[in-house]
Amino acid sequence: MYEFRMPSLGADMEAGTLVEWLIRPGDEVQRGQVVAVVETQKGAVDVEIWEAGTVDKLVVETGRKVPVGELLALLRTAGALAATASETPAAPTTPQAVTAPAIVAASPPRAQAAVVSARQRVAPSARKLAEELGVDIAAVQAAEPGAVISRADVERAAQAKTPTLAAAKVVAPDWHAQMRMAIAAAMSRSKREIPHYYLATDIDVTAVSSWLETENLKRSVTERLLPVVPFMKAVALALREVPELNGFWIDGAARPSAAVHLGMAIAMRGGGLVAPAIHDADRKSLDQLMADLRDLITRVRSGRLRSSEMSDPTVTFTNLGEQGVEGVFGVIYPPQVAIVGLGRISERPWVEGGAVVVRKVATATLAADHRASDGHRGGLFLAALDRLLQQPEKLR
Amino acid sequence: MTSYNREQIRDIIFDALGAIAPEVEPALIVPDRSLREQIDIDSFDFLNFIIRLHETLGIDIPEKDYAELLTLNSAVEYLTRRCAAEQ
Repeated sequence: MYEFRMPSLGADMEAGTLVEWLIRPGDEVQRGQVVAVVETQKGAVDVEIWEAGTVDKLVVETGRKVPVGELLALLRTAGALAATASETPAAPTTPQAVTAPAIVAASPPRAQAAVVSARQRVAPSARKLAEELGVDIAAVQAAEPGAVISRADVERAAQAKTPTLAAAKVVAPDWHAQMRMAIAAAMSRSKREIPHYYLATDIDVTAVSSWLETENLKRSVTERLLPVVPFMKAVALALREVPELNGFWIDGAARPSAAVHLGMAIAMRGGGLVAPAIHDADRKSLDQLMADLRDLITRVRSGRLRSSEMSDPTVTFTNLGEQGVEGVFGVIYPPQVAIVGLGRISERPWVEGGAVVVRKVATATLAADHRASDGHRGGLFLAALDRLLQQPEKLR
Repeated sequence: MTSYNREQIRDIIFDALGAIAPEVEPALIVPDRSLREQIDIDSFDFLNFIIRLHETLGIDIPEKDYAELLTLNSAVEYLTRRCAAEQ
């Protein structure tokens, strides 16, 4: 029997609310399948299971706030014996989800899924308020479609329930402030705990830019690669050469990661950002990286992220060059130990063989945790990045 | 292939922008100022904008022509011309 437990979805997560089960007892599940939706302080997340088998029992009903590590469901794995006869009758017929809050349970499964999959993010303070007021957060609607559910939305829902209570204090919808609070907490921790060091180097990116231009000429508009894609691959490959920049610092020790899961800093429309992982970026083709990036950005802006994307990044890559920024000295997302930045690509005077020529140049930067690595190794990383970018045809 | 007049092209551009940046108010777009200065879109959004135009109008827009789509006016001119040429 495999015990499926509430995963951690980031360093600061202590608990999540189970919004929806996507499986029932008796269902076959595959490794990596999305089996539940969990509401976290960073929004709703699709939670995957990393074991194959048959669902035996859903232990936790929807609507409950569950601490990280608590048992959610039991799974009969391929090798294990089937459940005892006494357990079987209850299994396929009535999943525990029936005991979910009335409004969720009353809607048909399709509609329910549609409601949840719409961009339903909940501000942490709104969730707290909902708990205090006894409002079912799953039933609260945002003021505008796609907006994050704010305290005001919760208060409106509470007002519908008990008019006198909420009439007293009506706050303007302000999910931006809540998003800022979440970022503030992580970034304050970073600057408090992590001794950052910063490096920058100008890289001649003429070769990779021309290569990409030629490559995109051959492609239809739907198959084109964004300029950032070859850089993602080069960053991932360079990290393999300097592994102490790829991984975590936990409990006073460096924990390098063998896999490179590239956390892509993605701005959310209307403010805030997330940096979910593109798994094994060093081993993917440029086409696969582009497909993954497209999928990721689309879901950041109008869908849901998966639990592994939230928990797995081993390093962060931020590409602020698009906004015209020349260089970005990032703040490390703990417990990671490095953040790589790329500035805008511009034509600059460049000295080559004693002559000044015009080249496409970009400033690459590294902010790294001095507990886990030293400037010398950081410098080797940027040198490796430069070298890899000079041979773009090998980045495929 | 369908033929489009300038008004229709403008509407198609607004639809494509609206799908990417729902907060955009077409009436507030200054027609001869850079779209990316007025609307918070990145290279990913811009690529999706091009893909939508490609799907609606049935024309392929090469990367070297992206500069023609920088402002609303230039985009209307460019797309009208390209659609007419495809006739």
